[in-house]
Amino acid sequence: MATDTLNLGSLNPRSWLYPTPRGLYCAPGDFYIDPAVAVPRAVITHGHGDHARPGHRNALATPETLAIMRARFQDMPDTQQQALKYGESLRIGEVEASLVPAGHILGSAQAVLEYKGQRIVVSGDFKRRPDPTCPPFEPVPCDVFITEATFALPVFHHPSDAGEIGKLLRSLQTFPERTHLVGVYALGKCQRVIKLLRAAGYDKRIWLHGGLASLCALYQKHGIDFGDIALVSDAVLETFKGSIVLCPPSAIADRWSRRFFDPIPAMASGWMGVRARARQRGAELPLIISDHADWTELTQTLKDVGAPKVWVTHGREEALVHYARSIGIEAEALHLVGREEENEA
Amino acid sequence: MQAFAELLDSLSFQPARNAKLRLIETYLRETPDPDRGWALAALTGGLDFAGAKPALLRSFGEDKIGAELFHLSYDYVGDLAETLALIWETDPNAGPPPSLGEVVETLQRATKMQTPAILKRWLDALDATGRWALLKLLTGALRVGVSARLAKQAVANIGHQPIAEVEEVWHGLSPPYRPLFDWLLADGPKPSSNMGGAFLSPMLANPIERAELDTLDPAHFRAEWKWDGIRVQVASTGGARRLYSRAGEDVSAAFPDIIEAIDFDGVFDGELLVRREETVAPFNDLQQRLNRKTVTPKMLKEHPAHVRLYDVLWLDGQDLRTLSFDERRARLEAWMAAKPRQRFDLSPLVRFTDWAHLAGLREGMREEGIEGLMLKRGDSPYLAGRPKGPWFKWKRDPMLADCVMMYAQRGHGKRSSFYSDYTFGCWRDASDGTRELAPVGKAYFGFTDEELRWLDKWVRDHTTNRFGPVREVEPRLVLEVAFDGVARSTRHKSGVSLRFPRINRIRTDKPATEADTVDNLLRLVP
Repeated sequence: MATDTLNLGSLNPRSWLYPTPRGLYCAPGDFYIDPAVAVPRAVITHGHGDHARPGHRNALATPETLAIMRARFQDMPDTQQQALKYGESLRIGEVEASLVPAGHILGSAQAVLEYKGQRIVVSGDFKRRPDPTCPPFEPVPCDVFITEATFALPVFHHPSDAGEIGKLLRSLQTFPERTHLVGVYALGKCQRVIKLLRAAGYDKRIWLHGGLASLCALYQKHGIDFGDIALVSDAVLETFKGSIVLCPPSAIADRWSRRFFDPIPAMASGWMGVRARARQRGAELPLIISDHADWTELTQTLKDVGAPKVWVTHGREEALVHYARSIGIEAEALHLVGREEENEA
Repeated sequence: MQAFAELLDSLSFQPARNAKLRLIETYLRETPDPDRGWALAALTGGLDFAGAKPALLRSFGEDKIGAELFHLSYDYVGDLAETLALIWETDPNAGPPPSLGEVVETLQRATKMQTPAILKRWLDALDATGRWALLKLLTGALRVGVSARLAKQAVANIGHQPIAEVEEVWHGLSPPYRPLFDWLLADGPKPSSNMGGAFLSPMLANPIERAELDTLDPAHFRAEWKWDGIRVQVASTGGARRLYSRAGEDVSAAFPDIIEAIDFDGVFDGELLVRREETVAPFNDLQQRLNRKTVTPKMLKEHPAHVRLYDVLWLDGQDLRTLSFDERRARLEAWMAAKPRQRFDLSPLVRFTDWAHLAGLREGMREEGIEGLMLKRGDSPYLAGRPKGPWFKWKRDPMLADCVMMYAQRGHGKRSSFYSDYTFGCWRDASDGTRELAPVGKAYFGFTDEELRWLDKWVRDHTTNRFGPVREVEPRLVLEVAFDGVARSTRHKSGVSLRFPRINRIRTDKPATEADTVDNLLRLVP
């Protein structure tokens, strides 16, 4: 990788990397990063739907992210796929590109782009706490850091994962006959919650909604062990009393959930930290488990990467821009199209 | 404090009554004295602190992260106490978090000047849930959906006692209720109620229909009008004078006119009414006086309260509850005859020969302030709870209106995932000359499980719009709504509010355009 001497003197970073209606565009490499629509050439940070979309002619991503995209987009036969492992670099046009772990989900990466001695890091989505399903975030010193801001308010301090899983297990003790229905996003959250339950010593069968099956199988193929998991739809005459059932959040309110005995709707998401949000989602047992950096992690990351310029995307940009400026960083909001407010959080 | 915080946290997200009970019971069993007693006091509204003013919380927050970030945070969260709890970070060097007992006992002693420094120390030591609970406790609004009665029910459950036993001793006890827990959980003696204004659990009636009456012998029963007020208990014993709601809530503060008029020793059952001259005012007038901590002289003058007595439980130091209704009634009448009182009178017995005669009287009674008849066996002792057989309520037939479903919302507990809460409207003329629907009420019961499944499907198939958890539906389905009364209302857009509305029938046979108008409802206002 290039020198750590930072170079902002002559070159305006916005002249070679900037938002367009199709997404963030890198001009000297002629590619988009996580574009909102199908483009000739895309670099994809991770597999969530608002970052990875189908139909690109060429897609560059980590092998794991490409595998996720193939699973979600019917194998993508029309997309030329280029896998780039963590730490390897590749020249695209006049740009040197590499992918570095972001700690968000399996395969998630930051895109590190270098051009004329200037380095810009696009964080994609990231978190800083340990996650047994992916390698941890690596801070890369850079001239410009483009950060996500999903939970960029000082009210978001995600508590420890173990403590939140403890809440779920305690509820199972208090209500041993009720089905605990946990809403999780199919990619990332689901697998992390299973691993957290196993780490807490829960070794009973964990039941899954059918919509979670294929991605769990994909994780297993990547060497991640979930213990005893099974599909709800395969269970005959199972009462599910006192069991843990994982499902996509939308299934909790769906007629699908009526098969369970007196279920307690739980929800694992960073939004559960705010009570009104938890209530709006109908959670009776909110679990604050997030795959995004909280306020402390975001502000710590700005310090760790040491970038004199920070561009803030999708989320609560205002507060993070305000904070960054208060510690002498030149910060501005970068308005990108196509990012979902809070679905994959 | 941490365990109490987790209890409040769980309660605030748990809508089902039985689950709430389970949570409180588990907490009370597992938490040592005095913390569980203070928690019980907090849940039953028995704690009152000088409190933390919003301005203090705001200044704490602004000092912590700056005005700009605090403003953005508050704007997002929408609740001051919660915002402060979330932005504050636990200081690992702050020492162990305070126990609930320490919090309560310290706050009771602390001066106003000392409070901020103490509060900061606690905020440092607690986690986010602990801080939220502390601030809720301090600002005096728990809002976790637990009534005092529900908390007492949980107390009764842990000791395997009927709630009546707990209510009887309750008012002789004070937080942190050590003798209560000793009695319920550790073979301690039952605390004496000393009858110092204690609440005695009331006897309740079961509903009955005309057809069922024929299985009963009219000679065994006495009849009274069922007054459209609030069932209360006037308790004046051991020098204490109190007025309780049916659920045992002390409402004395809202009715000083009644309390001042108590010049006797005894416990009476009666109906609280607003009465002008000889006329009972509509229920709506009584509502003006409810749920107030203080009451203005104007209110006392314009809405004078009155209690119409129908039973006596305790008189001049003697428990009469084991006597028969007829014997108690004789005592009550003799007592009233000995000294008539201004704010109390007697609910008269309705004389009748047989059920047909009584049905005729019930039909003929159109007076406002009467919602039916009470039937009580002459030989019935006064039994706490709702025993089957001795007492019945025979309500006047409800009023009916055909309304159009406008919105639906999912229910809770067993009904979660079903659209079971319906907002319905009636027609009125809009300003532009067309007809529009104005919402007149909301109902979430009255239908069978089968009808619920049908309604749920109808809602899903006819949704036109969604606002968070609420679905707007095509204005096509007519619901026949039953209700017990109508009043004018400034809080409702339509200008009317219905008393006790429920779904009576689903009228798929009726086109929505033929549903009732708001004017039709207004004509029913007394």
